[in-house]
Amino acid sequence: MITAGIDIGSTTAKGAILKDGHIEAVTVMSTGYDPKGAAETVFQTLLEKAGLDRKDLEAVVSTGYGRKNVGFAGRSVTEITCHAAGARLLSPTAATIVDIGGQDSKVIVLDSTGKVADFTMNDKCAAGTGRFLEVMASALQIDLASLAEFSARADATVAISSVCTVFAESEVISLISKGEKRENIIAGIHAAIGSRIVSMAGRVKARPPYIMTGGVALNRGVVRVLEERFQSDVTVPELAQVNGAVGAALIAADRNG
Amino acid sequence: MATPDEKKIKADKRLREIMTEYYIEAKTPKEQTGKKIAWITSGGPVEPLHAMDVIPIYPENYGAMCGAAKMSTELCEKAEEMGYSSDLCSYARGDIASAAVNGGPIGGLPEPDMLICCNNICGTVLKWYQVLARYFDVPLFVLDTPVCHTGYEKETDIYVRHQIGEYVAFLEAVCGRSFDYDRMDEVGTLSVKAQKLWQKVLDTTVNKPAPMTCFDAFFHLAMIVTLRGTQTAVDYYELLLEEMNDRICKGISKVEPERYRLIWDNLPVWYKMRWFSDKFGAHNAGFVADTYTSGWCGTLPYLDENDFLGSMAESYTRIFLNTGIDHMADNIVKMVEKYDADGVVFHSNRSCKPYSFGQYDIQRIVGEKTGTPCLMIEADMCDERKFSETQVETRIDAFIEML
Ligand code: SF4
Repeated sequence: MITAGIDIGSTTAKGAILKDGHIEAVTVMSTGYDPKGAAETVFQTLLEKAGLDRKDLEAVVSTGYGRKNVGFAGRSVTEITCHAAGARLLSPTAATIVDIGGQDSKVIVLDSTGKVADFTMNDKCAAGTGRFLEVMASALQIDLASLAEFSARADATVAISSVCTVFAESEVISLISKGEKRENIIAGIHAAIGSRIVSMAGRVKARPPYIMTGGVALNRGVVRVLEERFQSDVTVPELAQVNGAVGAALIAADRNG
Repeated sequence: MATPDEKKIKADKRLREIMTEYYIEAKTPKEQTGKKIAWITSGGPVEPLHAMDVIPIYPENYGAMCGAAKMSTELCEKAEEMGYSSDLCSYARGDIASAAVNGGPIGGLPEPDMLICCNNICGTVLKWYQVLARYFDVPLFVLDTPVCHTGYEKETDIYVRHQIGEYVAFLEAVCGRSFDYDRMDEVGTLSVKAQKLWQKVLDTTVNKPAPMTCFDAFFHLAMIVTLRGTQTAVDYYELLLEEMNDRICKGISKVEPERYRLIWDNLPVWYKMRWFSDKFGAHNAGFVADTYTSGWCGTLPYLDENDFLGSMAESYTRIFLNTGIDHMADNIVKMVEKYDADGVVFHSNRSCKPYSFGQYDIQRIVGEKTGTPCLMIEADMCDERKFSETQVETRIDAFIEML
């Protein structure tokens, strides 16, 4: 059976095509201002990559913030459930998923069968999300992708006390003007995200093995902080960014199966 | 399947009529009614006011009306402009602003002759009523009810009973006549009757399917808050109870089929009631009980009909919001069992600190004791700026997928 999962996040749109439980194609692009258009493009790209035609697909499930904007999907399922399903394929032993995306972060705890046992999401505040890192990177005038590299060179961690993104930004600016090293500030930013996640994890009784998904999983700096705080390995599956889309495609197959 | 018309609760109409009459009388010039007006906090002892023929006005009830009419945010902004913090309870902000600009659906509340503030619900009301006392330049009576975490101390009882005496003296002074104890007995009896009836109405949702949801209860609550102690409230709840029992006989419910039975914690999100009800309803989930509406009959066991005035001390001190986390958690655990609920939804309400502060612990305790899935939603009862629809929607959908 061939199915697709389309995950329309606030920053990136992701897709996956599965054939009998095997991944045929995945893709990631930016969502931009038009989630509907992004969904269509993701779908087209996937079909091309997999060398398939629309009619070859038996079911499509959409997920993510824009899940209701995907007209061609048979149904929509939240990213919480999809991440759990994705992890069952990509990291079958995982007990806890830390997912940090563009505008929210979640901690999902799985039961022994891989189903969602409990979850928690950040509140309306952007602290502890990808957006927080974007704002900080631009305040520090460095590329988002090089944050991890910088923090690896830190010789100290500067404390960032504000939990609010806007306040933290001005705090960072004043730290720069005080002459703090960028590396150390970035280490502090990663530590701040780590603290937010750890307190969320505490609420839902997160336990190892941990995996991390979502765009921020690509930042080794954040992953390292989480490993220290959890005192446990945090695995980033190779296809971490498309975990939700893979889960959606799996759920699509399940309904039919 | 019941038709949309059958699903409607007929008593709604009567409630609207009574509340309209109530506000019309309150807004009629005092020279015509000859009655004084007292503004009182939602958890305050209203019965002595009825005994003295004083019209009680509830700024919080009006706050709910403003919220449901989506007029609160503007009032909150006005209050912020006046210098009040956006972290202040949105009922307080809305009321203070509405007093200044005559805002809200009925163009502001009638001016008070006195203010009655009981801090059994929160500390906010103290400062709020002090502001009102200065603004209107009217006397303020404060009933101070110490928090009772689990039990009820003798010292507390002596302390609060003493204040009830002061309350009576305050009313005598402001009204310029002596207190009518016989009338007080009648009012007390009617209050107990209404509370018992309200509890019975809330108990009807034990039935599967439930004849109403908590969104209905939030609406029908208006009368037990404002008019308990009157024959009107007793008659109304008799009518409502009869209708609920009739719905049970006919198998009429709001959510059809009722797949999930949920419990709501905290105040409603007034400006999104319909949205929540539709959202959960679409998943065939109905709220069969809540911790809020039962707050107005939860202390019945402490009331003594033969000594209503005296026993008010204990019953007003031991209300839900004036107890500790263990007690609050225990209350929800019992509700889960009583109503055979499949899940609990906690509204973490930005406005109401005493209600929201311990919710994470309560959630944990309820989860551990009952194994029931719990969901936390962040919002505010009146300030729409504190609500993010997409975020809440995702949480609700994921919660239902989890059930
Ligand atoms: S803080 Fe809570 S209890 Fe106090 S007035 Fe506001 S809503 Fe009511």
